[in-house]
Amino acid sequence: MSDKIIQMENVSKWFGDFQALKDINLEVSLKEKIVVCGPSGSGKSTLIRCINRLEEHQKGKIIVDGIELSESTRNIEQVRAEVGMVFQQFNLFPHLSILDNCALAPIWVKKMPKREAEEMALGQLEKVQILDQAKKFPGQLSGGQQQRAAIARALCMKPKIMLFDEPTSALDPEMIKEVLDAMVNLAKAGMTMIVVTHEMGFAKEVADSVIFMDEGMIVERAPTKEFFANPKNDRTKLFLSQIL
Amino acid sequence: MMKKLTFLNPSSENLNLFILAGIVLFGLGILDTVLNSFFEINITSFLPWWLNYFTPLLISFIGLHYIRIEFSGIKMLDQLNKNINSNWFNAILSLLVIFVLIKTIPGLLNWLFFDANFIGNTKEECTGDGACWLFIRFWITRFMYGLYPDAEIWRINVAFLMLIGTVITAFFVGPKIKKYIIIFLLFIFPFIAINLISGGNFGLVWVETGAWGGLSLTFIVSIFAMLFCFPIGMVLALGRRSSYPVVRYSSIGFIEFWRGVPLITVLFMASVMFPMFLPDEVFMDKLVRVIIAITLFEAAYMAEVIRGGLQALPKGQYDASKSLGMGYWRMHLLIILPQALKITIPGLANTFIALFKDTPLILVVGLLELIGMIDMAKANPYWLGFAIEGYVFAGAVYWVFCFSMSRYSLSLEKKYKTDR
Repeated sequence: MSDKIIQMENVSKWFGDFQALKDINLEVSLKEKIVVCGPSGSGKSTLIRCINRLEEHQKGKIIVDGIELSESTRNIEQVRAEVGMVFQQFNLFPHLSILDNCALAPIWVKKMPKREAEEMALGQLEKVQILDQAKKFPGQLSGGQQQRAAIARALCMKPKIMLFDEPTSALDPEMIKEVLDAMVNLAKAGMTMIVVTHEMGFAKEVADSVIFMDEGMIVERAPTKEFFANPKNDRTKLFLSQIL
Repeated sequence: MMKKLTFLNPSSENLNLFILAGIVLFGLGILDTVLNSFFEINITSFLPWWLNYFTPLLISFIGLHYIRIEFSGIKMLDQLNKNINSNWFNAILSLLVIFVLIKTIPGLLNWLFFDANFIGNTKEECTGDGACWLFIRFWITRFMYGLYPDAEIWRINVAFLMLIGTVITAFFVGPKIKKYIIIFLLFIFPFIAINLISGGNFGLVWVETGAWGGLSLTFIVSIFAMLFCFPIGMVLALGRRSSYPVVRYSSIGFIEFWRGVPLITVLFMASVMFPMFLPDEVFMDKLVRVIIAITLFEAAYMAEVIRGGLQALPKGQYDASKSLGMGYWRMHLLIILPQALKITIPGLANTFIALFKDTPLILVVGLLELIGMIDMAKANPYWLGFAIEGYVFAGAVYWVFCFSMSRYSLSLEKKYKTDR
């Protein structure tokens, strides 16, 4: 088996008549950190949502850790248990405490004993520095705390890959750093990460390579330094000049 | 001209004077009404009839006008002005309400309590002008237990005491024991209760369902219907949102069918038509058929209420549950339904209360719960003419239970409020 943990071959996806992804080819190695950027509506979110099949692709092939994503429910659930995801709107479960948010999936999906799951959840919450919020409900936390809780929740499933869908876009500016710090720590611990974000500082700090998407296509993929120092494509240049 | 009329515009300068004048006028108006209504005295009879008739309103209206002083500094007065006396239109509405209350409440209280008869056993002992509560007193056993044999009534009592007892203990024990109590209540208690009430084994005399009745039947029907219609409604609500067309369209069909027919028709069908379709050797008790009919009928309503809650959940909740590897059932049971049900508590309570109040309709198929028994009692030749007492009694009983349900649903809402 290759060390390519994610392989996408000629993946296309349509929403009705609108083609959101056009023949995407993407390979991600184990422990690689990739930042995906691009203008809104360029298919970044759709791309990573296809990796854990929150969106179905209609053409092509996606293989995650040797499991091909297809109609098979078993395959899908297997892949989802290995791929953690963090959303723009946090999507914590408002009816459960932060601790229960984290321990729920390990208990019910991985059949972990309750005590063990809660201990692990507390450990993860400590890593993102919100251990003291464990008994509170999501509605009582600030946005930054909620997003860190969401990261901890995803990590409780012991995923091999973490997907971040614009994790800081819904946050107040002063809270962005605390979430990015948690992500940087995670990256340093060796997690495979795909991050859709406009935080170019984060990209420069942790990313191995950066992907620029536009109109459903991967326009450019380059190692981080090269991407910022010497972008090849005109659209990339334009985009970078607009956001940097 | 305008200067001379300043005494008509209350101001905070002569505060005490205006308040005094206002209270005196307002009091006069009320006094006039009271004298008119209860003592047949008309202190303004010297006026022409069309003015005379409206004097209480006019006098107290001017009174209210005088005490309508903004920022008077007196807290009670400011509250009063703000709530019932903010402008001339509100003042008139308030006065009309007060007059209606004065005219009706004393009469009602007299009829209900002061002139009513409580003691005795025969209708001849009803000598007062008020209600004859002896009627209720005489028939109370029938109202509670229907035609259930007197000697066996303890069985119904035991069943309901058991129910009340376990429910009350459930409130005082920890979550671990509570779980077992709930399982007991849902899966074991119904069989015990039915066995106890219908009898036929363990040395208990068989009492056919035709003899069941009164308030206990109301409870039997509504408890079973509530118990079953809730899960069925939940499944239907999920079914209606399913991605499988077969499941979706059969759910829609089921819901729209049951919502489209009147309950009375459904009950007739269950009691008269349904047995014709059954093979001869299959026998299903009429009460069972009726409970099934009400259950399915209310389940359709339940389904739509729950679906409303499901619609209200953001898509992110589904995304998050899926991304954690949860399948359809885990996602719905752990994440989606708890939240949807929480949102729909008011709607669910509404449906449950409506179900409870729909049960009297079973009298059209000859099952006599509380209202049915009252109908029977008031038609008794000796007790003719006491329908009002009967229906007031039924109304009070129903109100107590519906109000309790409503309060309980409110407390649930508070308990599960976790958004701040």
